[in-house]
Amino acid sequence: MAADTVDVAVIGAGPAGLAAATQAARAGLSVVLLDEQEAVGGQIYRAIERSDAQRREILGPDYAAGAALASEFARSGARYVPNASVWQVTRERSVHYLKDGKVSSFEARRVVLATGALERPFPIPGWTLPGVMTAGAAQILLKSAGEVPAEPPILVGCGPLLYLLGWQYVRAGVPIRALVDTTRHEDRWRAKRHMLSALRAWPYLSKGLQLMRTLRDAGVAMHEAADELRVESGIDEDGSERARALNFSVRGVSHRIEANVILLHQGVVPNTQFTHSLRASHKWDEAQLCFAPLTDQWGELDVPGIFVAGDGGGIGGAQAAETQGEVTALAIAAQLGAIDTAARNRSAAPLLRRLAEVMRIRPFLDSLYRPRDENRMPKDEVIVCRCEEVTAGELRSFVKLGCLGPNQAKSFGRCGMGPCQGRLCGLTVTEVIADARSVPPETVGYYRIRPPIKPLTLGELAGE
Amino acid sequence: MTSKPLFKVLTPATDAQATIHIWFNDQPLSVPGGRSVAAALLAAGVQRFRATPVSGAPRAPYCMMGACFECLVEIDGMPSRQSCLVTVKDGMRIHSQEGARDLPPSSDMNPLENAHGR
Repeated sequence: MAADTVDVAVIGAGPAGLAAATQAARAGLSVVLLDEQEAVGGQIYRAIERSDAQRREILGPDYAAGAALASEFARSGARYVPNASVWQVTRERSVHYLKDGKVSSFEARRVVLATGALERPFPIPGWTLPGVMTAGAAQILLKSAGEVPAEPPILVGCGPLLYLLGWQYVRAGVPIRALVDTTRHEDRWRAKRHMLSALRAWPYLSKGLQLMRTLRDAGVAMHEAADELRVESGIDEDGSERARALNFSVRGVSHRIEANVILLHQGVVPNTQFTHSLRASHKWDEAQLCFAPLTDQWGELDVPGIFVAGDGGGIGGAQAAETQGEVTALAIAAQLGAIDTAARNRSAAPLLRRLAEVMRIRPFLDSLYRPRDENRMPKDEVIVCRCEEVTAGELRSFVKLGCLGPNQAKSFGRCGMGPCQGRLCGLTVTEVIADARSVPPETVGYYRIRPPIKPLTLGELAGE
Repeated sequence: MTSKPLFKVLTPATDAQATIHIWFNDQPLSVPGGRSVAAALLAAGVQRFRATPVSGAPRAPYCMMGACFECLVEIDGMPSRQSCLVTVKDGMRIHSQEGARDLPPSSDMNPLENAHGR
């Protein structure tokens, strides 16, 4: 095992990780940034350094903004390790990762977890069929490979990313079969009480309105207040089952729209695999309907020396993530003696003000795009755990037999024990069990996440 | 094996994205290069990447960011590779992953030790 020690290990090369690594390196600290992808940018700025002018034009100015961040990082002097799957971070700040089939490890005086967000599970009938993927997945295909659906897709759900993808498809000249929106009139009504603070984040709000206008002007068929979503399967030319149509109803009227690509999205949630595996304290965020780790204003967990920056600590978006990365770097620079406390506070003050400003839009967005209960706690026949094919009904039957939470659900029926390690079912399992027991999600808790955070073979492990 | 592709390449190919030749389930397949194995297979008309170990249900990429493990395939003899995280290379031999993974091939392994079929 290597005995290297660095000042700061940053995990994740999205806006938070890039900003934290750049600022820490500028403060004179030795920094290593590890990332699972082959290039920097995270998911929001995916393939930013490879994208040409045409692709940036399609993806829009918010995406292109990532280029400056990437080039500042490249010049910062921080060490960059791409294609690295970090499979364990210990409370003592040992960082273990797998790269090109080999495991390595090193010690870090401080760790920044900048592992971002995951798309919220969207468990509806047929969501496991080939042809059904997340809107984020489709956007990654566009960003990283310039690929778009060959035939008009259906966009289903709610949230900024869904409309942004539609806007990007319109700019790319890709026809959209329909936008099936789950947002209802009462969601707009509920969101109105947050309108005042949202108005103070006017640039963001006006951008959102413009996206919707572009979709309308392009003649995209819009269905609002959709419920009873169901993906219907068909048999392909080669005999394999795949998605064929989306069925849904609007105020009791049934609809059926055919498409072979159906793109789901109902918001993003913090990726808490590391913070949970570190046994850091988490709280249930009732506005964002997810678990988020508890941190101080600098992003430090109740595990000393380990920080969270960006969406992994609660959803705030790219701008907030970048600012949090800078704030975290200042705190670490002060802890390690590279700057004094007065300098930290002086530099942090405008950043914290900016952070508060960009976060003003969140209560409005969280309220307006709150995913429907039926799309988070589905009917009995719907698969919840995709890996082990456990349905919501089976989960509810476990509760009847005395299952109290996600960890017991594993022993009752392997729920959450597949390779995704609960990433695609964790929140659903928490909420379904909480609902069945009539207790708050916080009481039920989350899966006990254990290393390795990413699967590795015993052979790879033995190589350390 | 393959059918009408679900995704197509939008922009004219650059040199880095020139067509390359791989094998999918022992059949030759031309795919666009300069992208992940998952993106290449989707553009080449592969719709079914694997079958689940539990019911044998067909699955294909869902998240494209390394979280869902639906895009697992065997690449050059290594099972359970996340095809959305591996860059496609000319000559790669890719197999859909049918059910649970097999043990990786090993020349010095007694074949009887792997006789139970897992």
